[in-house]
Amino acid sequence: MSEKRFSKKHEWVSIEGDTATVGITKHATEMLGDIVFVEVPEQGKSVEKEGQAAVVESTKAASDVYSPISGEILEGNKSIVDDPGNVNSDPEGASWFFKLKVKDKSEFDSLMNKEEYDKFVAENPS
Amino acid sequence: MGFERVIMEVQKTALYNYHKNLGAKFVSFAGYEMPIQYKDGIVKEHISTRTYAGFFDVSHMGQFFLEGDETLAIALEKIIPSDLQSLKLNHSKYSFLLNSEGGIIDDLIITKTPKGFCIILNAACKDNDVKQISQILDTKHKYFLDNNLSLIAVQGPKAVEILEKLIHGVAKLKFMTGDYFKFEDESLYITRSGYTGEDGFEISIPNLKVEKLIKFLNENKVHPVGLGARDTLRLEAGLCLYGHDLNEKINPIEANLKWAIAKRRREEGGFNGWEKIKDLITNGSEKKRVGILPEGRIIARENTKVFSDTGEEIGLITSGTFGPSVNAPVAMGYVNKDFAEVGTKIQLEVRGKKHGGKVSELPFFKKSYVK
Repeated sequence: MSEKRFSKKHEWVSIEGDTATVGITKHATEMLGDIVFVEVPEQGKSVEKEGQAAVVESTKAASDVYSPISGEILEGNKSIVDDPGNVNSDPEGASWFFKLKVKDKSEFDSLMNKEEYDKFVAENPS
Repeated sequence: MGFERVIMEVQKTALYNYHKNLGAKFVSFAGYEMPIQYKDGIVKEHISTRTYAGFFDVSHMGQFFLEGDETLAIALEKIIPSDLQSLKLNHSKYSFLLNSEGGIIDDLIITKTPKGFCIILNAACKDNDVKQISQILDTKHKYFLDNNLSLIAVQGPKAVEILEKLIHGVAKLKFMTGDYFKFEDESLYITRSGYTGEDGFEISIPNLKVEKLIKFLNENKVHPVGLGARDTLRLEAGLCLYGHDLNEKINPIEANLKWAIAKRRREEGGFNGWEKIKDLITNGSEKKRVGILPEGRIIARENTKVFSDTGEEIGLITSGTFGPSVNAPVAMGYVNKDFAEVGTKIQLEVRGKKHGGKVSELPFFKKSYVK
């Protein structure tokens, strides 16, 4: 398993070759509560770093999911669209949101590592 | 989020520490710090209420007591369009306070008590309601908002069986009736009513005794349910939330609540806004409150614009969420009267894109009240 990096907006990214996988963190799902709707980007769409890429809705509210890095969407995760509750059960594994073709690897390198993210969450309670 | 944030001094219910110790997430609601959900989350709390039972701390709501002779009912009828003069002892009615334009100042449950009436008022409206009601009363009528009482709603198919074990006799109550019951050395007023579409009870209990009641409920696996699931439950049941589906600019006819105006009152009038309401009953209203079922899983939340099948803007969503028991998104809102018929295809604009939907019957989830 490749190393995960994290954004301040509570997304995670992992990279294999020039393909990045993006999802939302366990902490994000705990803040959101029961997830009941997911919209993922279509293949071929270009996303910018910190640009809106997907939507997640809980029973409480709708939230945007941002792409922590720039690139071209390769695939949206259909299984979480069909069964949004899966995001709650495995947010940092099988319930990734989208995969994209990495444009600039340095954007990934500048994100927080696990330790930094955990510290960020602890210092910024919701 | 469908919950209003009102900035004022924060108030807490007698069960605040109980909620906190359970790890509840809080939200500011009408000046109160109220639990929106507990550790299990909204969906589990919702489902357990529908399949077993849950309890709700709704002590933020106003428990308003009025005392007086037969002139009290006559006075109240100026602002409330129920037939209060013939309301039987211990019977409750859903009704509202009306302004001079027929707009809804608040919606409420009014119960005939031995000394007069008890009215349950929405937390965000209660202070204004008391002001409005006091203005139509005679000096010989007494009234008070009782802040020493908590209000606990026990809702769900098992509510009756469990509560009967603690408070003998509650099982005999019919829906929308109440009575006094003994609990330890206290006399509690309990009504068979609720806001979930389930059978259940609302228990008015002194703040000092409420933890004992909760302990018993917990021992019987009846767990607390937050405002989040209260909202999904009431919306599935097709019930209005004041400040969202109802407000001072909405009248009972367009809100599809004509049934709550007593027949005698519709004919005789003598209440605020009657001229306007009589005209609306005869000629119909421009818009109607309807249920709306979005297609697929798209959630149409409050303020989502509603369009006709041909793209004409015809209304607005006032409440929308995902209904865990319906297992689909559900919504209600107001549409132009020409598009209010059940089955009418509509479009919903969510995040700039139009999505299909249709006008639906209410409730989305069928009730099981004991009549």
